[in-house]
Amino acid sequence: MDTLLGLLKQNARLSNAQLAAMLSMTEDEVAAKIEEYEKAGIIKGYSVILDEEKADKDLVTAFIELKVTPQPEFGFDEIARTVMMYDEVESVALMSGAYDLAVTVSGTNLKEIALFVAQRLSTIDGVLSTATHFVLKRYKEKGIFIGAEAADERGFVSP
Amino acid sequence: MIDYDKIIPDVVKGIKPSGIRRFFDIASELEGVISLGVGEPDFPTPWAVRKTAIKTLEKGKTVYTANSGLIELRQAISAYLNRRFKLEYNPKNEMIVTVGGSEAIDLGIRALIQPGDEVLIVEPCFVCYGPLVELAGGIPVSIETKEEDNFKLTAKALKEKITEKTKVLILPYPNNPTGAVMKREDLEPIAEVLRETNIIVISDEIYCELTYGFEHTSIAALDGMRERTLLINGFSKSYAMTGWRLGYVAGPAPIISQMLKLHQYAIMCSPTVSQYAAITALNECDDEVKKMAAEYDLRRKLCVDGFNRMGLSCFNPEGAFYVFPSIKSTGLSSEEFCTRLVNEYKVAVVPGNAFGKSGEGYVRVSYAYSIKHIIEALKRIEMFLDSLKK
Repeated sequence: MDTLLGLLKQNARLSNAQLAAMLSMTEDEVAAKIEEYEKAGIIKGYSVILDEEKADKDLVTAFIELKVTPQPEFGFDEIARTVMMYDEVESVALMSGAYDLAVTVSGTNLKEIALFVAQRLSTIDGVLSTATHFVLKRYKEKGIFIGAEAADERGFVSP
Repeated sequence: MIDYDKIIPDVVKGIKPSGIRRFFDIASELEGVISLGVGEPDFPTPWAVRKTAIKTLEKGKTVYTANSGLIELRQAISAYLNRRFKLEYNPKNEMIVTVGGSEAIDLGIRALIQPGDEVLIVEPCFVCYGPLVELAGGIPVSIETKEEDNFKLTAKALKEKITEKTKVLILPYPNNPTGAVMKREDLEPIAEVLRETNIIVISDEIYCELTYGFEHTSIAALDGMRERTLLINGFSKSYAMTGWRLGYVAGPAPIISQMLKLHQYAIMCSPTVSQYAAITALNECDDEVKKMAAEYDLRRKLCVDGFNRMGLSCFNPEGAFYVFPSIKSTGLSSEEFCTRLVNEYKVAVVPGNAFGKSGEGYVRVSYAYSIKHIIEALKRIEMFLDSLKK
């Protein structure tokens, strides 16, 4: 991956000036490059990584394994598209291995999510079974430590 | 009652404690301090190296090694020096594996210096050279480098300080604290001066893997210089192995054999587990070293840009992981600047004069920290500068 994307992935709020300094580019060049990535659909958006527990104590997230029957002609795409249209669904991915679609869903309580799975997901044509796992604690998200960062053991000053 | 003052030799009492230590004490007593003060990598040691150490322990390989170090390690060092810097050293008699580069420096000075000998020390520099020379009875002679020369040693400055008593030149590049480097074309005129003398160069190249945009050249690789150079290197900075305490010296057999006696009686041998791990570092970690250097390079440019932007002119360092901005425009001394910065805005950096008089008017800023951390520290330093203008 190019260095610009790598830096933005770690922190999308770095200013163009900071990025330009690190990449030995001008600010205009950085802006143009970012726009190019956006237009090409390589950069899909910018979002924030939250310590969800601190941001919203009531938020519940579940990780759902979906087994489905692939449709003739469309394979898994058709079902995946149906699943991803729900606002409650945060992410959908096709997986190799024991199940087919990995879906993350957020809601305000366990019951809400359970009902969503029972009433919306499992009733979709072609869905064979679901297994719901609730997230209890997050440790790392997109490369960022959630919760306390490891202390720097190096002290403050050394030769 | 024993009068300890009487039993401690004057030369030992006369050694000043490192100026860095005082800042450590101030910083550790304050709440919420963030630091750009340390001289060691923020990366953990590459996993392959740690794994080798674990295996070594599992297998119970915990006995002394040969005095000069495991032969397999010396062979790996020899191959590395050849591969990276076109140097040829016989692992059998031209090399000692030491407890960090520091021990190698100490051995070199003690093996070469007798009372009255002069040792040229290129400053600003790492803090150990002067005191070690004094302990050996030698006379440290500073060669001050200047920002207008990009903190490089010039042939002219060198010639001015050479006397008939000059025994050793300590050449610490890439440099801590300035980040300055000596490229091949900078080293040539120095070699030219030295080739006509019997001066031995102690070339401290511990930061050799951390150069940006060019490959490090060892002075030992220049014509006629191998026979008059002790090459000091180690694993701390290149492989993020500071706590493993492992370095080495390579040089002419007649000097190495004398140094080996000192090493043998003082140390016996370097830590065995570290030695096995270091073989893996040399043989398997080129990519990791490159990755770390690339990351440092981003931070380096961020720091240089940040300081220049806030009006602290910062020369472009091409090595190590330090920037050395001038704080002369603030009208404060280095000590005042650092003391006030840490007390008022909770950022720890090191006053330049801790590395020699010529460091006055500068501060050493380490960028062995995450980008996020550096940005926060730069922001606070800028706030401090604004407060000075009011």
